[in-house]
Amino acid sequence: MATTTDQTGKPRMTTALDLPTATATATAAAAPERRLRLGGVTRAEVSTLGGALLGSLALDWMLYERLLPFSGAQGFLLCWYLLFLGFCYALGSVQWDPQTVRERLVSVVAWSAGLLLLVIIAEQIGYIAIRGWHAASHGNFLTQDMDHTAAHSPITSGGVLHAMIGSLEQLGLATLFAVPLGIAAAVFMSEVGGRAARPVRTMVEAMTALPSIVAGLFVLGVVILSLGLQASGFAASLALTVMMMPIVTRAAEVVIRLVPGTLREASYALGASQWRTVWNVVLPTARPGLVTAVVLGMARGVGETSPVLLTAGFTTRVNANPFSGHQVSLPLYIWNYVKQPYPDMVSRAFAAALVLMAIVLVLFVTARVLGGRRPGALSRRQRRRIARDAAARDAVVRETAVREAATR
Amino acid sequence: MTSAVLVPHSQPSPDEPRVISAPATPGDRIFRGLLRAAGLSVFVIMGLIALFLLLRGSDALRATGWSFFTEQRWRTETHQFGIAAVLPDGLLIAVIALLVSVPVSLTAAVFVSEYAPVRLRGALVSLVDLMAAIPSIVYGLWGFYFLQPRIVGVIRWMALHLGGFLPFLKVRTGDIGTSYTSSTFIAGVIVSLMIIPIVTSLSREVFSQAPQGEREGAYALGSTRWGMVRTVVLPFGRGGMIGAVMLGFGRAMGETIAVALVISPAFKVTGHVLENGANSISALIALRFSESDGLSLSALMAAGLVLFTLTLLVNVLAGLVISRSRSGANTAD
Repeated sequence: MATTTDQTGKPRMTTALDLPTATATATAAAAPERRLRLGGVTRAEVSTLGGALLGSLALDWMLYERLLPFSGAQGFLLCWYLLFLGFCYALGSVQWDPQTVRERLVSVVAWSAGLLLLVIIAEQIGYIAIRGWHAASHGNFLTQDMDHTAAHSPITSGGVLHAMIGSLEQLGLATLFAVPLGIAAAVFMSEVGGRAARPVRTMVEAMTALPSIVAGLFVLGVVILSLGLQASGFAASLALTVMMMPIVTRAAEVVIRLVPGTLREASYALGASQWRTVWNVVLPTARPGLVTAVVLGMARGVGETSPVLLTAGFTTRVNANPFSGHQVSLPLYIWNYVKQPYPDMVSRAFAAALVLMAIVLVLFVTARVLGGRRPGALSRRQRRRIARDAAARDAVVRETAVREAATR
Repeated sequence: MTSAVLVPHSQPSPDEPRVISAPATPGDRIFRGLLRAAGLSVFVIMGLIALFLLLRGSDALRATGWSFFTEQRWRTETHQFGIAAVLPDGLLIAVIALLVSVPVSLTAAVFVSEYAPVRLRGALVSLVDLMAAIPSIVYGLWGFYFLQPRIVGVIRWMALHLGGFLPFLKVRTGDIGTSYTSSTFIAGVIVSLMIIPIVTSLSREVFSQAPQGEREGAYALGSTRWGMVRTVVLPFGRGGMIGAVMLGFGRAMGETIAVALVISPAFKVTGHVLENGANSISALIALRFSESDGLSLSALMAAGLVLFTLTLLVNVLAGLVISRSRSGANTAD
């Protein structure tokens, strides 16, 4: 239609209505160089995997259901996976050279390991959610304690209120003890250093792996047997402190090390003393990471069962005072009721596990959201605020300049 | 440019930092003292743990003497108790846990650091961390109620078909459902899930530190990705991997609640890992604590001391292995 054929060899301007036969060769010649795709998957790979998956499933089903006297879901899945790898190898070696086959097979194995982790976590959370929903869906579960609930009481009575109060109070106290101590130890290792730093680091590593039951035994031996105090929430929080402090220290040290040395030097150059530098420069710069360290420690602490088992005692009613009397927490509640031979009690234990998982998940997500930034990096809101402040300052400067010019 | 030539050669390297010496203010001195106290508190806590376990366990150790390490039974009322059964059984659980978890976690670590798409990597690291944060008791519930009924088929098959030529897989209590449950093997499998995140995250960290230059060198020589991993990443991370596995072993030995939920306690080393009945020091403490006082409590303290010493040894050794290795050299100051 509006086609113009250029005689001078310039690129032709074509429209959509151009005749295909006339322009096909011309556009093919003028087409820009296509970028080669280096990574990614090809159709042959996808169909090989799909074929191997289906073929192994069919063979596995035949072996399991028709030929051999096997049983059990895990065995079925295990055999399926092994057959799948075999099929992948066989199908691959028909098409590719041995090195390529090996390369592809290893990536299949690597991907399946990643998937396995995902499946394990999904299974844990899903199973607890399904089993726990029965009891947790009743409104009384979060608002009642177990004081008036006997072995055969219906699921509409009894709950975890006392265990939640206990868990939160013990966790709060333990955080209060563990965080200053843990962060101070981390600051010691990275800011003061010296000859003592290295053995302290080794000891912190060893303490991270301290069996939790030993922490319980320790507090039991010191606080309850030697000092003669009663088993209480306070004793439990001490045991949790022993477990949480090294976790906080290790995570905090990693973050503090990432604080740029130039910031410290700038602070020293301004004449600040060391503690001013740490307090006003290093710690604020590392704040998001430190919060993550603390919250991760809390997530680990709230689920600890064995230290609490030895130190907190057990009760069925609300005890809001952690310093006197027995105080139950969520892990202890689960431990106690899951061993009982009554189905409703086991349901309550699963529901308590669901509540515990929810707390852990909330803490964990909080930690990830807060800790996404590197030390010193600004969040979007902080960047906006700084830009706004700068704009306001500029406006003031401009205004005063105008006013000065006017008065002159 | 010209001034650089005029600089005398007495300075070995222009990048070396100056030595800064400033007199510490009183405030600084107090501050450093406080920090040093916090750092050394780790030693104090660990020392106190050892001291109090020894103090509280001394009654039991005195009552039995050396037979504490050779006696298999646990009868505190007749002074016949020892860790000769619970300690090897616990070690067996840890070994099984390692056998199951090490292949999975090393593969997963290679996946996260080498094979996963870059955009997924952060999410996968979080996933592994989340797996470490799942409470021990949740693993226990899942293992006891979900895994055990489903894995019994595999165990029965192993016992019936492999037990013939591998005697430790034999189950001598007859072919009924309950003889395959609550065994050392199941406890080991559940514990293996709990140490997967530790081994995975430690070895992933080491793998991701493998120098970029050497990776690209391998690619430039025509290596495939697996060839690069095999010749650069894995040799670089060997020390870190060994250390991670040892740390996992230490963790597996101390694992309490999940083991205590699953096993049915036995005080005899049988070596038949698929048979009903297992034990470990930590599970023993958790299960016997509530009915203990006096001498029996002291006996638990002594058992706890043994566990504490063993895990401390394993962990310190693992730390040494990591810091001596090439990959750990730059992380440990």
